[in-house]
Amino acid sequence: MKKIILTLLCSIAMINTGLVMANSGGYPTSPANVNVDDMDSLKRGAKVFSEYCLSCHSAKYVRFNRVATDLGMTESETMSDLNNLGVKFGSTMTAVMTTEYAKESFGAAPPDLSLVARSRGVDWLYTYLTGFYADSSRTTGHNNVIFKDVGMPNIFWKQEGVKKAIYEEHEGEKHIVGVEVVEKGTMAPEEFDTMIRDLVAFLAYIGEPNQSYRKSLGIYVLIFLFIFFGVAYAMKKDYWKDVH
Amino acid sequence: MEQKTNGLMGWIDARYPATKTWEKHLSKYYAPKNFNFWYFFGSLAFMVLVIQILSGVFLAMFYKPDTALAFQSVEMGIMRDVEWGWLIRYFHSTGASAFFIVVYLHMFRALIYGSYKKPRELIWIFGVLIFLALMAEGFMGYLLPWGQMSFWGAQVIINLVSAIPFVGEDLGIWVRGDFVIGDATLNRFFSLHIVAIPLILIGLIFAHIVALHEVGSNNPDGVEIKKNKDENGIPLDGIAFHPYYSVKDIVGVIVFLMLFASVVFFAPEMFGYFLEHANFEPANPLKTPEHIAPVWYFTPFYSVLRAVPSIAGSAFPGVIAMGAAIVVLFFLPWLDRNPVKSIRYRASWYKILVGLFVVAFIILGVLGTLAPTEGRTLLARICTFYYFAFFLLMPIYTKMEVNKPVPERVTMK
Repeated sequence: MKKIILTLLCSIAMINTGLVMANSGGYPTSPANVNVDDMDSLKRGAKVFSEYCLSCHSAKYVRFNRVATDLGMTESETMSDLNNLGVKFGSTMTAVMTTEYAKESFGAAPPDLSLVARSRGVDWLYTYLTGFYADSSRTTGHNNVIFKDVGMPNIFWKQEGVKKAIYEEHEGEKHIVGVEVVEKGTMAPEEFDTMIRDLVAFLAYIGEPNQSYRKSLGIYVLIFLFIFFGVAYAMKKDYWKDVH
Repeated sequence: MEQKTNGLMGWIDARYPATKTWEKHLSKYYAPKNFNFWYFFGSLAFMVLVIQILSGVFLAMFYKPDTALAFQSVEMGIMRDVEWGWLIRYFHSTGASAFFIVVYLHMFRALIYGSYKKPRELIWIFGVLIFLALMAEGFMGYLLPWGQMSFWGAQVIINLVSAIPFVGEDLGIWVRGDFVIGDATLNRFFSLHIVAIPLILIGLIFAHIVALHEVGSNNPDGVEIKKNKDENGIPLDGIAFHPYYSVKDIVGVIVFLMLFASVVFFAPEMFGYFLEHANFEPANPLKTPEHIAPVWYFTPFYSVLRAVPSIAGSAFPGVIAMGAAIVVLFFLPWLDRNPVKSIRYRASWYKILVGLFVVAFIILGVLGTLAPTEGRTLLARICTFYYFAFFLLMPIYTKMEVNKPVPERVTMK
């Protein structure tokens, strides 16, 4: 009996720790408001992606020629604007940095970004990319509001400027409630915000390149089914008129 | 039997019961004329089965059951490189959830109209076996994309096997084919998912329909239409399945397809319920996700598992409870002692009990998707208690019901 009570108590304690763990990283996300049908936004996002992200990250399921077709870019445009490594047009997006070097420098290999918009969600990505703040305790000099102690350095600090976290004390614990710019960057805040949204839009696009086509096709499928429904319903009515 | 057909059909009928089978199961299978909304889900379940088999055949052409290649073969191969692969994959992933929605509603229909009662006990038992096979099919299929939730979901469930005292550890290794979930597990799950369980499913569905056509369909009034026949031996309240119900079911199929297409084309992830977000990350045995939740259709039973406190650190009591939650369904025809089939003519308070059962089941389902808290665990325990009480107390309370008069013939309300 004592054992049972003890295990019960332990399980309650475990449930509580589970709850606390589930609540960690509970920083609210801000809406990304991206539009994957905005080709100009996607093109700008693609450029930012290849300039900044592809140095360390890969998008190994994404082919350059597919991006070119979907975004309406020519082969030469794509090869010069996006293809840093000069790989073949039909190749996938690999990182400039090798995995071994990345592991040495950051402790872990940067994750592949092909599906990051689907696993994390666009709002999370937007909040993450705009959520870096100065933290001298970190080797990178920065920490993140939504991804505590992230290994990735704040690659946009020049453009964005330096931010510091705003804390609020709650039941003896300090929580981050927001960030504020303490040192201006090279970009105006709106300009930077647009750049990040373009980038998130591109990530959303590569997460599922067919999504726009999928939705447009879906409308025709539903229209077809709607007409089919009318015919089928009339047929049913006709067959059933002698059933009382 | 005298032969009614001639020509080519006559030649075939002399050698094979083509016309006979057609008549027995379709054109001269007399179903009650008063089927309502709830009677669409049998044919819809069959429709989803066809969708799953057809889409599955094409997915298997491009899928690679290898831990090093599986995720890529789905997320790059099928979703990006294969023409229309994304559509076929969404058909299959949405079909999996649709199958459970349709089957749950089909089972609910049986519950409210007493379709499990004499003489349909075997139809019900085959049905519960189909449900079990479907759960195995869904569980094994979910491992195949080799995402984080595939891996960790399977980890949680296979660990339940390991919770069985004495033989659990060895049994777990036997199921996995390894000490951890790995290539051997993925390969056997693939084989079971695409060959063994579909065969079992089709066999059970065949038996389910043969049993149904032997005794005839129940109906919302729960009266036997075979009791009142005309001079030709045709039930007075019966209409031929074909063309009456074939044309009616087409309407149901189209409405179903509208909803199905809405998910496939506009929300294939269904907000993380049909395709979980964490499953877009490849399986990583070294990184446990913050929150492991099985796919929605398992969550009511997962909640029952979590609701039962472990004894001496072993989750075995929970495993027993989860198993019992399904096994109890087999006994339903004998637990319910009320001779009246349809809920329409049973005590009003029985309707409330059924309503509460649905509420408890849905609450359990919702709780299973969430991380447990003290309050949620308490709620899950109350709902689990109600789930079992509803079934196990049936022999007592169904005898106390004061029924309303059951009509002699079916009604068209």
